[in-house]
Amino acid sequence: MVNLTIDGKQIQAKENTTILQAARDAGIHIPSLCYLKDINEIGACRVCVVEVEGVDRTVSSCNNVVSEGMVVHTNSPKVREVRKTNVELILSQHDSKCAMCLRSGNCTLQDLANDLGIRKIPFEMKVPPYQWSPRSPLIRDASKCIKCMRCIQICDKVQDLHIWDVEGTGARTTVDVAYNNRIMDSDCSFCGQCVTHCPVGALSERDDTDKFYAALADSKKKVIVQIAPAVRAAWGEELGLSEKDAAAGKIVTALKQMGADYVFDTDFAADLTIMEEGSELLHRLAEGEHKYPMFTSCCPAWIRFLKSQYPDMTDCLSTAKSPQQMFGAVIKGYYAEKLGIPKEEVFSVSIMPCISKKSEHILPTMADAGAGQDVDLVLTTRELVRLIRADHINPADLEISPFDSPIGEATGAGVIFGVTGGVMEAALRSAYFLVNGENAAPDAFKDVRGQDGWREATFTLAGKDLKVAVASGLGNARKLVKALRRGTVKYDFVEIMACPGGCAGGGGQPMKDGLEQAERRGNHLYFLDDISELRFSHDNPAVQALYKDFLGEPLSEKAHHLLHTDHHGWKMPREERMDEK
Amino acid sequence: MSRLTIITPDRAQTVVEGLYRDVERRITASPPGLCPVDMAAAFLKLCHAQTCGKCVPCRVGLSQLQLLLEKVLDGDGTMADLELIEKTARVIKNSADCAIGFEAAKMVLEGVIGFRDDYLEHINNKRCLFNIYQPVPCVALCPANVDIPGYISLISHERYADAVRLIRKDNPFVAACAMVCEHPCEARCRRNMVDDAINIRALKRYAVDHAGIVPVPECAPPTGKKIAVLGGGPGGLSAAYYLALMGHHVEVFEKHKKLGGMLRYGIPSYRLPREKLDEDIEAILSTGITVHTGVTVGEDITMAQIKEKFDCIYISIGAQSDKKLGIEGEDKRGVMSAVQMLRNIGDGAMPDFTNKRVVIIGGGNVAMDCTRSAKRLGAASVTCVYRRRKVDMTALPDEVEGAIGEGCEIMCMHAPLKIAGDEDDNVTALWAQPQIVGPMDSGGRPRPVAADAPPVRIPCDIIIVAIGQGIETQPFEEYGVPIKRGVIDALASSDFENVEGVFAGGDCVTGPATVIRAIAAGKVAAANIDEYLGFNHAITVDVEIPAPKLHFYPAGGRVNTTERNAGERNHDFNLIECGLTHEEAMQESSRCLRCDHYGYGNFKGGRVDKW
Repeated sequence: MVNLTIDGKQIQAKENTTILQAARDAGIHIPSLCYLKDINEIGACRVCVVEVEGVDRTVSSCNNVVSEGMVVHTNSPKVREVRKTNVELILSQHDSKCAMCLRSGNCTLQDLANDLGIRKIPFEMKVPPYQWSPRSPLIRDASKCIKCMRCIQICDKVQDLHIWDVEGTGARTTVDVAYNNRIMDSDCSFCGQCVTHCPVGALSERDDTDKFYAALADSKKKVIVQIAPAVRAAWGEELGLSEKDAAAGKIVTALKQMGADYVFDTDFAADLTIMEEGSELLHRLAEGEHKYPMFTSCCPAWIRFLKSQYPDMTDCLSTAKSPQQMFGAVIKGYYAEKLGIPKEEVFSVSIMPCISKKSEHILPTMADAGAGQDVDLVLTTRELVRLIRADHINPADLEISPFDSPIGEATGAGVIFGVTGGVMEAALRSAYFLVNGENAAPDAFKDVRGQDGWREATFTLAGKDLKVAVASGLGNARKLVKALRRGTVKYDFVEIMACPGGCAGGGGQPMKDGLEQAERRGNHLYFLDDISELRFSHDNPAVQALYKDFLGEPLSEKAHHLLHTDHHGWKMPREERMDEK
Repeated sequence: MSRLTIITPDRAQTVVEGLYRDVERRITASPPGLCPVDMAAAFLKLCHAQTCGKCVPCRVGLSQLQLLLEKVLDGDGTMADLELIEKTARVIKNSADCAIGFEAAKMVLEGVIGFRDDYLEHINNKRCLFNIYQPVPCVALCPANVDIPGYISLISHERYADAVRLIRKDNPFVAACAMVCEHPCEARCRRNMVDDAINIRALKRYAVDHAGIVPVPECAPPTGKKIAVLGGGPGGLSAAYYLALMGHHVEVFEKHKKLGGMLRYGIPSYRLPREKLDEDIEAILSTGITVHTGVTVGEDITMAQIKEKFDCIYISIGAQSDKKLGIEGEDKRGVMSAVQMLRNIGDGAMPDFTNKRVVIIGGGNVAMDCTRSAKRLGAASVTCVYRRRKVDMTALPDEVEGAIGEGCEIMCMHAPLKIAGDEDDNVTALWAQPQIVGPMDSGGRPRPVAADAPPVRIPCDIIIVAIGQGIETQPFEEYGVPIKRGVIDALASSDFENVEGVFAGGDCVTGPATVIRAIAAGKVAAANIDEYLGFNHAITVDVEIPAPKLHFYPAGGRVNTTERNAGERNHDFNLIECGLTHEEAMQESSRCLRCDHYGYGNFKGGRVDKW
């Protein structure tokens, strides 16, 4: 332990602790901006500077460590001057039209400028222009970027995809897509982890709420909304609702108030996914040995990753569509008729914790129901929150409404699709049933739960060992895939979610600087599973009815047509470039 | 009114003079990877500040050029702007009244041609082709990318053995490089911005001298793969060392009696004591490498025979053959090559130059080695004859000064014409043509041309030709290894497009270069051979680098090493250089600005933990 003094307070800290951490542990808050614990400790913004006695210049506290006898002042005259001036300098290159910024009220720079009492800037404003592809689901606004470099670091260190890089040198240094590429020509998975770790409004999803309003205003459209599992664990955060008070049924009410005609639960499609993917797995296992495992295919960011980084492994992906797309296909391809709506009039909207879903629903292979794209619009959880706020709906007053019939409620197995390991656990529950004709205990497969980036487990199925693995975060996914390719590991079935912690930590979820919320949200989903009456996808009565009345059985011809996809039916930019050569 | 006054600089002028020196040092410390268009614009602004303002092209033209360059940099430039830049610069170059204008325009013009691609990228894509990929100048400039800030910080914490272990991660010739490395790492040291570069090599020597015996890391489990390394010089042994650590079976084939290559057969022991070299070699061999000395490839064994027995071959034979002057009388008795002389010394067969007048021809480090060795071998007089100026010598300035101090003559601006001999064919003199410095050659060195003066006769008994070395390529050419301009034509990855399982690197690929470049080539080859054999072994070290201090030694001076007195040292082959004292090592190490942590280093590329 090291003894030091911060602002006159005697404290002890472990060796190699940063000054910033030591101070915060002692209840002394040193403001910071670019700092992101363990990911971005580069002292770029010079906001976290402190004065250390005996050192002439100020010291960045985020990346310099404590030492014995150190005397630190976090608010000396020198520090005050340096900190405020540096924030003013940052603001001189930042488009500070906060009234029109989607991060207003949730912006580290705004808080900092307000806290420091900055009312005007003595410097000339030099704001770089906004230039970005309007087609991209992920938007970078150069006029807001403060070059904190967090996006680069998240993509390098956590997601291991290296989409962002420092661009240019000298005074014109900025952030842009690496290798002088453009976002739509890059390998970007659109996972959105850079967005959820951006301290300001420089990175965001493409805001599509106007398209939702347009559909509501169109009398010829019936607006049918589906809500993904992980949304219910997070939507209340920005609206001041506790987890307990943020029931999914309140979203149903809010959307109905806005004018949506039907609101369904994507969990139903998750149960459907289990039926198809589980059957596919059993089928594959029956074929005998495979070099590589079967990969889950629910996460479009993971599919984009695999297709761009390891295109030769594309066939390892389950052909089952993601729940969003299965839902879109059966809404237009089956339920519309049941509801007495011509399928052409359906405007199918999904609310997702995800930005990559905005790239998935427009794929040419996702139009199987014969009425345009199966899903017409994807909104993130954050856009849902914006819709609620725009209509001045008081979230506290919302009633809980049931999801619309004929689909109704889903199972706990569907709910945990929103958390890392959840797809695997739900699949194992049903695979066990399909093999043994009876249900295992609902928690029999909970060994796959956890927050470790790469977990493995072995279960016995049909008298044989079934080796499974779960990874979340693309960096972990790459490690796992590399190990598979080197032959140092071998699995039968692998679940991958691109975002750390799974969809609960998705790139479309609400965010709070410095707070990683995936684990807490995931636990909430497990709680919802635990209190569900139905815990097994195959027990979902709506799923059973769909097979009985329409699809026949899993992997049937109809199921193949609507619920499965050809991952070679579209190309990543890199694949297209290789084709050109 | 006085007719004349004495001009004394005022305070402002004195400060500006200081700033000029600051700028010079700052440019020296420019990090690699900067946008050349941005730098051109910045230089242009400086040039424009120097204009007297009299003439149109310089006063107005340079200003318009600046605006155009800024426009390009801002991403608003067009192809028409680029043409206008080129035309305006051409006009200034052709019409400015003095060098302030025409030389400034010439810089812009050279850039428009030299880095046109970057101009085009700014114009067409609003992007720059450059970025700072290696932010630590010393590490970037060390061919082997040794973790220099890391080991300097270990030295400042008196952790010398850890410093040696850290260096060995990238360079197994710790002691040899501590003595003789040409230290390219020091060239752009950021400390230049404060006062002067860190004396990195001297610090490394301090660590080596105080580390004691440091065991090498454990080898990885045996892979069963066999690799032949041809040539036991620094490059070959470096490759062998890393390949052995990776668990491969390595056999080194060396032509000479002993290992070490040019470190033993090129560099005299007064610069690199043999026991220091042997320390390195012993450590390297302790990984379990098998050595065959006295084996010449092409004579004792063929490439094909080796290839049959091994999974992979690394060719690192160096540049061992001597180059001829091609002048009359070169075959006379008393004429020898530098390679031959230094090889004999390396094997302990000291030539006797007692009372002989010795002439050395050449201006590189090898010429200096011969010059200073000749003095130690008892020569009555030693004269180094060189056709360019002293400042143009490629030898390190310290070597040249050292030779002069020891009583050797440097005879510059004289090109060898012919060698004269007596009736028994013994050398009696070198005839040389006086030279005058002429226009620049393509490399930016002024070319010597024959002066309008008669040849001079330099009487002598021994002539040592030190004008470069060649490569014995024949056995490899016969095997199908590509040769280009007398060197082995290997790729940057050390392998060949069409020769399976054969790698090459070091002097035999680059031509005569430095020890550290050969070591770096060995490192590259080891990594790529491992990969070729289907492995992915990482070379790493578990040394924790101390956290940087919050403040540095204030602006001051660099500690330079001292040497034994010239009059004492020029009689023996003992080490010339005196190491740093503890006090000096501590002060010098505290000057390091820790670019691995401060600046870009803590963001990207500050430390490469494994390779």
